Amino acid sequence: MGNTKRQFLLKRLAAIVPTIFFVTLIIFGLQQLLPGDPAVVLAGEDQDPTVIAYLHKKMHLDEPLPMRYAYWVGGVLKGDLGDSLRIQQPVSALIAQKLPVTIELAALAMLIALAIGIPAGIVSAVAKNTAWDYAANLFALWGLSTPNFWLGILMIMLFSVSLGWLPASGYVSPFEDLKANLAAMIMPAFVLGNAIAAVLMRHTRSAMLQVLNADYVRTARAKGLDERSVILKHALRNALTPIITLGALEFGTLLSGAVLTEQVFSIPGFGKLIVDAVFNRDYAVVQGVVLFTASVYIVLNLLADLAYFYVNPRLRG
Amino acid sequence: MSSPPDAVPRELSPGRRAMLRLVRRRGAMLGLAIVLFFIAIALFAPLIAPYDPVQTSWTAVRKAPSAAYWFGTDEIGRDVLSRVIWGARASLMAGLVSVCISMAMGVPIGLLAGYMGGWVDGLISRFTDAMLAVPFLILAIALAAFLGPSLTNAMVAIGVSAMPVFIRLTRAQVLSVKVEDYVEAARAVGNPHWRIALRHILPNTLPPLIVQATLTIATAIIAEASLSFLGLGQQPPAPSWGSMLNTAKDYVDNAPWMAIWPGLSIFLLVLSFNLLGDGLRDALDPRHK
Amino acid sequence: MRTFSLFRRSLFQRSWFKRSLFQRLGTVLVLAATLCAAGAHAQTLRIGLAEDPDVLDPTLARSFVGRIVFASLCDKLFDIDEKLNIVPQLATSYQWTPDNKGLILKLRSGVTFHDGEKFDAAAVKFNIERHKNLPGSNRRGELSPVTTVDVIDPLTVRINLSAPFAPLLSVLADRAGMMVSPKAAQANPGTFGNNPVCSGPFRFTERVAQDHIALSRYANYWNKDAIHFDKIIFVPIPDGTVRLANLRSGQLDLIERVAPSDIAGLKSDDRFKIARTTEIGYEGITINLGKSDLAQKNPLGRDPRVREAFELSLDRQGIVQVAMDGEADPGNQWVSPSNPYYAKNVPIPQRNIARAKALLKEAGVTNPTFTLMTPTTSDAQRTAQVVQAMAKEAGFNVKILSTEFATSLTLADQGQFDAYVLNWSGRADPDGNLFSFYGCKQPLNYSGYCKPELDDLLNHSRSALDPAERQKYFNQIAALTVQDRPIVYLFHRHWLWAYNKKLTGLRVVPDGLIRVQGLKM
Repeated sequence: MGNTKRQFLLKRLAAIVPTIFFVTLIIFGLQQLLPGDPAVVLAGEDQDPTVIAYLHKKMHLDEPLPMRYAYWVGGVLKGDLGDSLRIQQPVSALIAQKLPVTIELAALAMLIALAIGIPAGIVSAVAKNTAWDYAANLFALWGLSTPNFWLGILMIMLFSVSLGWLPASGYVSPFEDLKANLAAMIMPAFVLGNAIAAVLMRHTRSAMLQVLNADYVRTARAKGLDERSVILKHALRNALTPIITLGALEFGTLLSGAVLTEQVFSIPGFGKLIVDAVFNRDYAVVQGVVLFTASVYIVLNLLADLAYFYVNPRLRG
Repeated sequence: MSSPPDAVPRELSPGRRAMLRLVRRRGAMLGLAIVLFFIAIALFAPLIAPYDPVQTSWTAVRKAPSAAYWFGTDEIGRDVLSRVIWGARASLMAGLVSVCISMAMGVPIGLLAGYMGGWVDGLISRFTDAMLAVPFLILAIALAAFLGPSLTNAMVAIGVSAMPVFIRLTRAQVLSVKVEDYVEAARAVGNPHWRIALRHILPNTLPPLIVQATLTIATAIIAEASLSFLGLGQQPPAPSWGSMLNTAKDYVDNAPWMAIWPGLSIFLLVLSFNLLGDGLRDALDPRHK
Repeated sequence: MRTFSLFRRSLFQRSWFKRSLFQRLGTVLVLAATLCAAGAHAQTLRIGLAEDPDVLDPTLARSFVGRIVFASLCDKLFDIDEKLNIVPQLATSYQWTPDNKGLILKLRSGVTFHDGEKFDAAAVKFNIERHKNLPGSNRRGELSPVTTVDVIDPLTVRINLSAPFAPLLSVLADRAGMMVSPKAAQANPGTFGNNPVCSGPFRFTERVAQDHIALSRYANYWNKDAIHFDKIIFVPIPDGTVRLANLRSGQLDLIERVAPSDIAGLKSDDRFKIARTTEIGYEGITINLGKSDLAQKNPLGRDPRVREAFELSLDRQGIVQVAMDGEADPGNQWVSPSNPYYAKNVPIPQRNIARAKALLKEAGVTNPTFTLMTPTTSDAQRTAQVVQAMAKEAGFNVKILSTEFATSLTLADQGQFDAYVLNWSGRADPDGNLFSFYGCKQPLNYSGYCKPELDDLLNHSRSALDPAERQKYFNQIAALTVQDRPIVYLFHRHWLWAYNKKLTGLRVVPDGLIRVQGLKM
């Protein structure tokens, strides 16, 4: 392993620490900014003053801001992400419950995005400025332009209520019933994957365009290889590199888009958990879950950088 | 060796060459036309809307599209067509103002990071990474809730949440432009830093920023719709396509026209900004320089 | 199936050979019978809820929707019927002591908790003390007049009060009367809600937050003949359209809180039936007339004539028609006009724009402006917009401030509002809709209304046990409060359930809960 590689690796790893520190500041700050007294919200309908006082104490709400930050971070470093005050369950248990759901939804969405985006990008690049180009463009862009909650509701009305092909909402564990699980996940995965398909299409197209005009492709053509072989064997393989690294980065988009999609389809993933917790002022849940997902995103980012670094010979030592 | 199919005469300046390439891309022109169409609608709303968008009518609740109400009426008897026309203002503003805020904040910070380098760059970059790690919509929701539900606050919230993209992009551009010859020359002549940054570096970072801006306008319009969907955007009775969708979702079954028209409008507007952005990106592609 | 496996395990632990032939035969027969029963009855009821319940601990619970789950999970001392009468459940009869400061309850025998523990007077004492003393308990306010509980014998208990308290019976017909297993509660004091052990017809199986709550039949329920399902699965789906779509596509058997605008479509679908009844709660506009100094700054808070003009500008029937599609009863009091305790001396006023304008002129106010704080729920938004349009005709300039629920609660608490669209889920006894809202400095008194004579009347209405006597006090309270209008009540919505027509036995009780006894498919 060359010296530059090791240096790069260490530098990137070291950069994670301040980034995560800033993440904690951002999340904590955002929660505290939310208007309203969380104890009042969590006290429910009856608004019993003793309960509000009790919650104030439990959430350390009467103590200064830096102290509350210290309590939370101290807990996190010990592995304790706090408890949801609404349903009295530990945040780590909630994360464990919902992680498989979110991963499955993200994975299915990525699959759909790859299945739509990459072919569309290839077609668009190879048949540039023709009707195929515009059609592929439009097809992939459609996903990015439609508000996913609207698309979700329309799909439910069509596929669940009118046609009865798919369940309207809910989630069944794949270990319990794989068919029902896929039936429930296909629509939300499609709604989510659409938006990413557009981004993938664009990147595939520009990567392919760059590569198609490159020297080694011209060489292959000059050698007399058929066009299909040129595209698939030479161009695509090289164009795939940035595309794959992009996939890891789209995880962030997935999580943002999932927020509303999960709401509409009632999928018990992170997105729904976070949004509900924001509106219920369940601080621990928002802070814990967002910290978890942000950390995963940062790690994925790092892996993508490393993969790009390793794969691209020009950047290596 | 034949030249690429969309070559333009090399005698024209780079700017004019870019414009010509843009005009030749039909998708981008279509997008531009649609955007201008919506801008016109928004500007002339008082003249073209058949009814007052907030005028309720107890007898015309949830009426299907007819000669009197081309797009039908909503849950308290308001004309959907008039609300869609007036709603164009809210959506366009949400898109444009949010992006202006993003750029007004993001570009200077990115410029600072790229130009100064060192620990300033390190600090800004780590903070930007952190902002990008937090899901965009969560940031926007929290900020909008903090500022209070209103269209203006939603625009600020979206603008701030979309800022990291511009910081990163500006910084990357500045880093590549910084080492160009003309910048070295300007420094050698003795220009102060701020002059170099603003007069020499910034204008040359603009092309990709403009592309990104059009694409972010699209995201911002959808984000406003999402925030309104959650009750944090435009307040009733003022119309915005997002809040119209929010109300319409309860009536998709018995009054689908309430959801179709605002949804379609969002789709068309966002699609056209995306097409325009794509076209701009192709036209400004440095390969053609 | 879980009871079967537990049963089997305990039997086979003792060596087969050590028992007599008779015992062995008996075991085989019982096993066979259980197998047959289990095979024949594998029925699951899937219910769609409008929200995700909060913690499943009756002492800590604080939401309406949690009560729906409790109706199947935890039996209470008393229940209420369709006419809001108190009926026995875990307590079979009651008697007030001569000085009215004690309630003697006779308990049902043969009742056990889901963990097998016996239900007796000691358990009742434990539970009431838990409701009063557990940190974070939400039942303390409801049980404030309760001082001590005495065990008289295993099936008789006396609850002692600091003063006579008529609403006690309805309080014991709600969460404060729910009995949990003392053994389980003591074993898991902080986490009881994660695995509640009660004595209702169904026992807790599992819960995945925001996804589902699964309950399975409790074989030793005292009223087991009324139970015809093996499992209940509660599925929270906040989006009304999606909830209905689930019913339509057959994934759910019964849903609660159907949107009024969906009723017309459902009526024409003969696969489903609709059930409705008027709620015990209300939707109203609370006006700040003393909670903070904002009250003095706004003519609405300052002058009762302006408030009267505001009320007169509203056509309640019109609001019900447009905002709720007719699925509500107009109302002007804390109980609906069909409630036995409605004060007939204060009927619903008719809309009168001319009089409203005259009142404003008298008060010397032209085009009064005020902000109407409105939660972001669609019902509240529609209601506010209709109110805004109606009040405009009398000259009011109503600005709607859509406020997220969490924020609105804090603002209301601090008195930072002019008027607030507030919905109260309601309690069976009128006192539950009255005391916290009108009593001076009470927690839900957002209007800041404070009148010593009103507090007197409220206390009298609580301590009088005779319904006729209480009615006199309620009438006086209505007459007194209508002059100041701290709350302009608008309507009482209809609880709307939609269900698969194969489901029979659904009881429509005004508290909005789903009772599983008697439900069959």
